[in-house]
Amino acid sequence: MSSAALRSTTQRATSSRSGGLRRSLRERLHTVVSAAVTPLEPSDVLDLFHPLRRGADLRARIVAVRAETSDAATIELQPGKDWAGHVPGQYIRIGIDVDGRRQWRAYSLTHGPRPDGHISITVKAVPGGVVSPFLVHQAKPGTLVHLEQAAGEFVLDHTHRKLLFVTAGSGITPVIGMLRNLFPVTDSGVLWDAAGRDRGEPKPLSITVVHLAPSEPQTIFRRNLAELHAAGAINLIPRYDDTHGVFDVATLEELVPDLAERTTYACGPHGLLDALEAHHAERGLELYTEQFRVGAVEAGEGGTLSIAGQTLELDGATTILDAAEEAGVLMPSGCRMGICMGCILPLKEGAVRDLRTGDVTVAVPGETPVAGLPVQTCISAAAGACTIEHKERVR
Amino acid sequence: MTVITKKPDSAIAHLTPEDIEELGRELDAIRQSVIDSRGESDARYIRRVIKTQRYLELGSRAVLLASIFPPAWIVGTAGLSVAKILDNMEIGHNILHGQWDWMRDPKIHSTVWEWDSASTAESWKHSHNELHHTYTNIIGKDNDLGYGIMRVDEDQRWTPASLLQPVYNFVNMLVFEYGIAAYDLELGATIRKKKRGIEPSAEFKENVRKTLRKIRKQATKDYVVHPLLSGPSFLTTLAANVTANVVRNVWSHSVIMCGHFPEGVETYEKAAIDPDETRGEWYLRQMLGSANISGSKAMHIMSGNLSHQIEHHLWPDLPSNRYAEVAPKVQALFEKYGLHYHAAPLPQQVYSAWHKVVRLSFPNNWLATTRPSNLPSQVKVLWKMARGSRAERRRLQERLDLEAAYLA
Repeated sequence: MSSAALRSTTQRATSSRSGGLRRSLRERLHTVVSAAVTPLEPSDVLDLFHPLRRGADLRARIVAVRAETSDAATIELQPGKDWAGHVPGQYIRIGIDVDGRRQWRAYSLTHGPRPDGHISITVKAVPGGVVSPFLVHQAKPGTLVHLEQAAGEFVLDHTHRKLLFVTAGSGITPVIGMLRNLFPVTDSGVLWDAAGRDRGEPKPLSITVVHLAPSEPQTIFRRNLAELHAAGAINLIPRYDDTHGVFDVATLEELVPDLAERTTYACGPHGLLDALEAHHAERGLELYTEQFRVGAVEAGEGGTLSIAGQTLELDGATTILDAAEEAGVLMPSGCRMGICMGCILPLKEGAVRDLRTGDVTVAVPGETPVAGLPVQTCISAAAGACTIEHKERVR
Repeated sequence: MTVITKKPDSAIAHLTPEDIEELGRELDAIRQSVIDSRGESDARYIRRVIKTQRYLELGSRAVLLASIFPPAWIVGTAGLSVAKILDNMEIGHNILHGQWDWMRDPKIHSTVWEWDSASTAESWKHSHNELHHTYTNIIGKDNDLGYGIMRVDEDQRWTPASLLQPVYNFVNMLVFEYGIAAYDLELGATIRKKKRGIEPSAEFKENVRKTLRKIRKQATKDYVVHPLLSGPSFLTTLAANVTANVVRNVWSHSVIMCGHFPEGVETYEKAAIDPDETRGEWYLRQMLGSANISGSKAMHIMSGNLSHQIEHHLWPDLPSNRYAEVAPKVQALFEKYGLHYHAAPLPQQVYSAWHKVVRLSFPNNWLATTRPSNLPSQVKVLWKMARGSRAERRRLQERLDLEAAYLA
């Protein structure tokens, strides 16, 4: 071994030793602090003073709530120090206390990564909903919410240069996040030209947006979309039920003549996505989708659910999550609409039905894995007797 | 006091089974009204209490770093005592009952909460939430009646050892958290079984291990870490922590004694409880087996709202801050059904509970028949009962009973 190599090895050993020392010092300090605050954890005490610090459970503070329409608002959030960033098109899960009760929901991030590190979601108040009307009408700046890192596969693949977005209602939210990232918008308009071309990209982007909404005044981001269109950044094709009638997928080729050249990204209710999937499959076209709301589904037959030591009688339309919570079981939960996977528990025995698709999952002891089959309790209903393992431990 | 069904004038003789079921329905309606209106203000309440407790504890411990100065010692010790009381009573006891589980906050939940007490949350939840709250005041099933070390009912056999129970009770008061830990482990029963050759279960050993670990951590915090951190104030901080723990023990022992021990609280016989006890009957047993402490809002908070013991026993899982609001409705039901709503200020209830402990440390009716003028002969009777044969004891007991009946 040459002396140079030897030296470098020695240095590495030294540096790792001092790193180890620092670590063991920190560990020792942690031990003392833990001993001083038991049965609390040191983090319980630090949370009193700095809930957004590095190392804390991920939280965010509401910085501003801005109305978009009469029933939609953009919530600007300052995330905690451990926020890992996101890619436009992704969503976050936020946990917020409404009427004293913690509720988790998933919302698309509607701003690309910003210099001030803030993020935003845009929420449309769903009539009769619990969280969305609260966020739109009652959320106050300064409030702490709980947060999970950004997730979701509905993001742009930058090799595609010709795009078609098909969005319906609040399905626009992940798309606006993408568009804002591609074409930064300021109060003086869209700053787009430099973004695409100055980076020396091979071909400018060609973006068509087909946006469906009940009527124009009810459209979130109506002004943004109009500005992007006016600036030539996108070709906006709005379709309003009240003026154009209910959208029919069959008309898509008329609206977008170069449909075959484009990669389609679609976000909206499942009816629209199903229709688009069939339409694109028939023509062999590429399609990326994100579904937003659990659609209306035919109820199954229900059955007996055993969970957390309780036995509950379920009908075929009530979700396992709702039923168990109603019975007083503390359940892991998240978006409550089937996209975040935060409510998964193992089905040990029996059958459940996915309320969105009608798919039935069956677990037979001895045949299926001992650990059980993971099912999403928020969109699953009993389809006969079933046993879900849950020790009532919180996430 | 004697089991309710043996009394000549039973407090529930006038109630028909239909009355009892109707009473149950009316209580259920009160419960539902609270469940339906639980919300943000309740959540804010418990969070505020927790925050206050944490700031108070941190602040008091900071002040105690300088406890070598007497004013700092007094302020710090007082603050720490209050913080420890809040932790045990309004926060720990109630969260461990699951009163705040509905908030779905994974940090304020009965499955994860730990408290500043020698008992582990886990074993306490079993002995308290499950056993005591289900079998409230059933002699032989609810060990809270005398904690297995005391005679708290005429129907329990008197033995000469009973004479010492005021001493046990006093010592238990000073070290209450350890008494509770031993009680949660069913230490006494396990030792008695071992004497008869029955080996303790693996579960018992595991629980002992967990409890000892908890005790070690609690003791290290109060008696080693914080005194050491205080440097020159080592001894004074140690004294402050000992004092705060004793104050907390005396306070919680007193409050808890008031819940089921005062004179006039009813007890039940195992055999007299229908295994298919109805909801109404269960409610009735809780109503008559508990006693309230009347007082200010501060009194309620410092007692963990166990001052509303009657309401708490009816609905152990309702948020504690709501007991005060339902109490008048509950009291109105007591009146409607001709029952006695047992409530009195703290000193009166504490006196009453202690009086009972002392009274029952003597043979039945001994205290009632004792006057200054006949004290020497009464002492002689007591001596004979303590030393005499079982037959002799029975004969003298009959005499005491007759005399008491004559006096009454």
